[in-house]
Amino acid sequence: MALDVLDITRLQFAVVTIYHYLFVPLSITLAAVTAGLHTAWYRTGRERYRRLTLLVGKLLLVTFAVGVVTGLVQEFQFGLGWSDFARAYGDVFGPVLAIEGMLAFFLEATFLGLWYFGWGRLPRLAHLATIWVVAVGTLISAFVILAANAFMQNPVAYTWDAERGRARLDSFAELMTNPVNLAAFPHTIAGAAMLGGALLLAVGAWRRWVHVPVAGGLGAPGEPEGQADHEQRLAFGTLARVGAWLTLSGGVLTALTGDVLGKVMTRVQPMKMAAAEALYTTTTGAPFSLFAVGRPGGGEPFFSLDVPYLLSVLAVGDPGATVQGIDDLQAQYVAQHGPGDYVPVVWLAYWSFRAMIGIGMLAAAVAAAYLWSTRRGRELPVRRPLVRRALRALPVLPLLPAAAGTAGWVFTETARQPWLAFGLTRTEDGISPGLTAGEALAALAAFTLVYGLIAVVWGRLVLHVVRQDLDAGSLAAGERDDAGDDAPTGPWPGDDPGDGSHGLPATGAERRRDGARAPTY
Amino acid sequence: MDLVTVWFGLVVLCWVLFFVLEGFDFGVGALAPLLGRDDHERSAAVRTIGPFWDGNEVWLVAAVGVTFAAFPDWYAALMSGLFLPFVLVLLLLAGRGVALEFRGKHSSPSWRRRCDRALAATSLGVVALFGALLTVFARGLALGADGEVTSSPGLGAGLARTLAPLASWTALVGAGAAVLAALLLGATFIGLRTTGPLRVRARRVAVVVAAAGAVGAALAALAGALSGAGPALLAVGAAGVLAVVGVLAARRHEALAFAGAGVVVAAAVVAALTAGLADGVVLASTLDPAHSLSLASASATGSTLRLISWAGVLVLPGVLGYQAFSYWVLRQRVASERVPT
Repeated sequence: MALDVLDITRLQFAVVTIYHYLFVPLSITLAAVTAGLHTAWYRTGRERYRRLTLLVGKLLLVTFAVGVVTGLVQEFQFGLGWSDFARAYGDVFGPVLAIEGMLAFFLEATFLGLWYFGWGRLPRLAHLATIWVVAVGTLISAFVILAANAFMQNPVAYTWDAERGRARLDSFAELMTNPVNLAAFPHTIAGAAMLGGALLLAVGAWRRWVHVPVAGGLGAPGEPEGQADHEQRLAFGTLARVGAWLTLSGGVLTALTGDVLGKVMTRVQPMKMAAAEALYTTTTGAPFSLFAVGRPGGGEPFFSLDVPYLLSVLAVGDPGATVQGIDDLQAQYVAQHGPGDYVPVVWLAYWSFRAMIGIGMLAAAVAAAYLWSTRRGRELPVRRPLVRRALRALPVLPLLPAAAGTAGWVFTETARQPWLAFGLTRTEDGISPGLTAGEALAALAAFTLVYGLIAVVWGRLVLHVVRQDLDAGSLAAGERDDAGDDAPTGPWPGDDPGDGSHGLPATGAERRRDGARAPTY
Repeated sequence: MDLVTVWFGLVVLCWVLFFVLEGFDFGVGALAPLLGRDDHERSAAVRTIGPFWDGNEVWLVAAVGVTFAAFPDWYAALMSGLFLPFVLVLLLLAGRGVALEFRGKHSSPSWRRRCDRALAATSLGVVALFGALLTVFARGLALGADGEVTSSPGLGAGLARTLAPLASWTALVGAGAAVLAALLLGATFIGLRTTGPLRVRARRVAVVVAAAGAVGAALAALAGALSGAGPALLAVGAAGVLAVVGVLAARRHEALAFAGAGVVVAAAVVAALTAGLADGVVLASTLDPAHSLSLASASATGSTLRLISWAGVLVLPGVLGYQAFSYWVLRQRVASERVPT
């Protein structure tokens, strides 16, 4: 078998990017939820919110770390495997990456460090502000990076410089406000809310109804809620409902924004949307196919379950509208760009599109069911076998939005093929000319292995963190949760006399003691 | 001075900030399991960089991103021409970042022990690799007319395409020097940021490493003089500064010692990146000087340079400001001694 360097490099890029994009949406949501919980604690002073802030903040930190190290890879990727793309589009793409780094990434990295280590060292309001800076930073990052992807979907704001054989950037504002970006950004953020929400729902519901805290726990004397374990269960119940609301509202918003994005995409890349529907012939009043068994090589499917007129409504917004089919578009592109195959892999586009919608709707439905059955403080009937079985399946829940999001990206990237930058450069023209198949294969194997290992370790750590009881000892900030550590309590200034040896904020006395002792060494 | 030259200067500045800042956290990562005799001390050592390492690493993102934006052809030639070494750098950095962030989030000491080992191994590996890569940046790559490094057919030749530049004595010396430099930065930083036994041990390590570095630099200067190239200013200067750094560290002036080590690293990075600047070359071709990438041929067009100039003017002072603020807020020393409570 001949090793095709192009296919291996594409697969390597896909593996590395899809993996990165599992941790990014989680970080986006966890940062926002941490900020929200921290604010709730700041305003109400309730223990429950403080301890949830620490729990979600800890999940944010370990997730953000994976996002950081895999995001760094993205910064190099465009030169490693795709140097001709970097040469041709560096003027447009380079500034986007550079500005994302300078504007957003620095903010996130620096302020997350300040938040985690800033307990008791920053004034309370300033400390609260640091986590909000992180949350806003993640959104800026997402917007700017999605603008880069939008350029590949729908190149705007450039002039082709034939003399130097490269695109020249005309307007940064126009690049950022690419219609594809304006539709894809809210769609992506809503998807992120679903993924992060599903994780919190799974964690919260698991600890509320299955692995229920029984001893020790939250209650301090004078706590309004009274009993320790009860209070802790209520905290996890709050977390589950926050997660469920995020999943459900994210689901509704992905549907609404997905509709807008679909209409924009029908305009800029009609071939992609025709492939999503496996619509070969141009049709007026086109039906939407829910399920079909197609013929290899295209043409009329053996079987298709259709909703009449729905495709015309979804693609254009008018039941009588005409939707272009694959065959006509192929003929049109041959006339425009010369001979070639301009049809993406139709079965992949058709099924990834449906997987995205179907799996995403399933996750939203689970969240809605949870919200309904726990409305107004109702107890889940955990003794019923059906409920018990559903609860046992909770750990699978976060995988649903993750799968839906991945299917969405697989759809939008593969159905753009054969183009790298749509209508301008084909994928095979962007690859690094010097790259050999052996190198590409080595990189694919190495990334897969190391990323797989990181995923396993991340999973183990998350399971460990969420199994801990919500008491301060196990959720303390800083690198200080040593076993046998004699620090009794959490990162709060009032909790501990300020023993600097545990990474806690030192009191004035402690500082003086340090200062006095230092010269003896 | 035109915008291209300004941006070349800024690219160099980003790399300098990356190597000096991340250099010390590489060093701390490598030293933590050596200096810390128990879990508590190792945690204290890692805690000195806990809040900062991520912000430091973003300077690598900035350096690479700015190179991509201002000099797309330089970026493309470097990344593609050093494919496997950079993949290795990225994998080591991935393992390192994860080890650093994961170590304190688990309650088991054996978990932390494993994370510490991974942290030390990846820190040393990545610093050595970067040292070797800097010598390659200075010497250049076998660039063809299209700015690419090509290989003859065959699996072995293909794999050797981008690894071959690292197989040289210069690269080996670069790797060794980088490890010493990171250890010196790390030791002086631990000395600066801790109290207790860690601080004492870090200071001893700093003195030894500074002395070794001074001797090494002096030998390099001597070798240069004997081979007729004349004593290199960099080697002589480094030997002198490192000797002073050793004395400063011994006298407990960790801040000054750290600054001295930073100056040596910065000078070395500037020297490596500006090796061809006299001829206007950013990346030399070892095949044919005509294929070398120059400031003019590798740079982006005017509109892009103007855009990133605005972005840089508006954003970078703020970045420097809040990073300095985070160092200031979290300036308090980490105590490594066990204090009875």
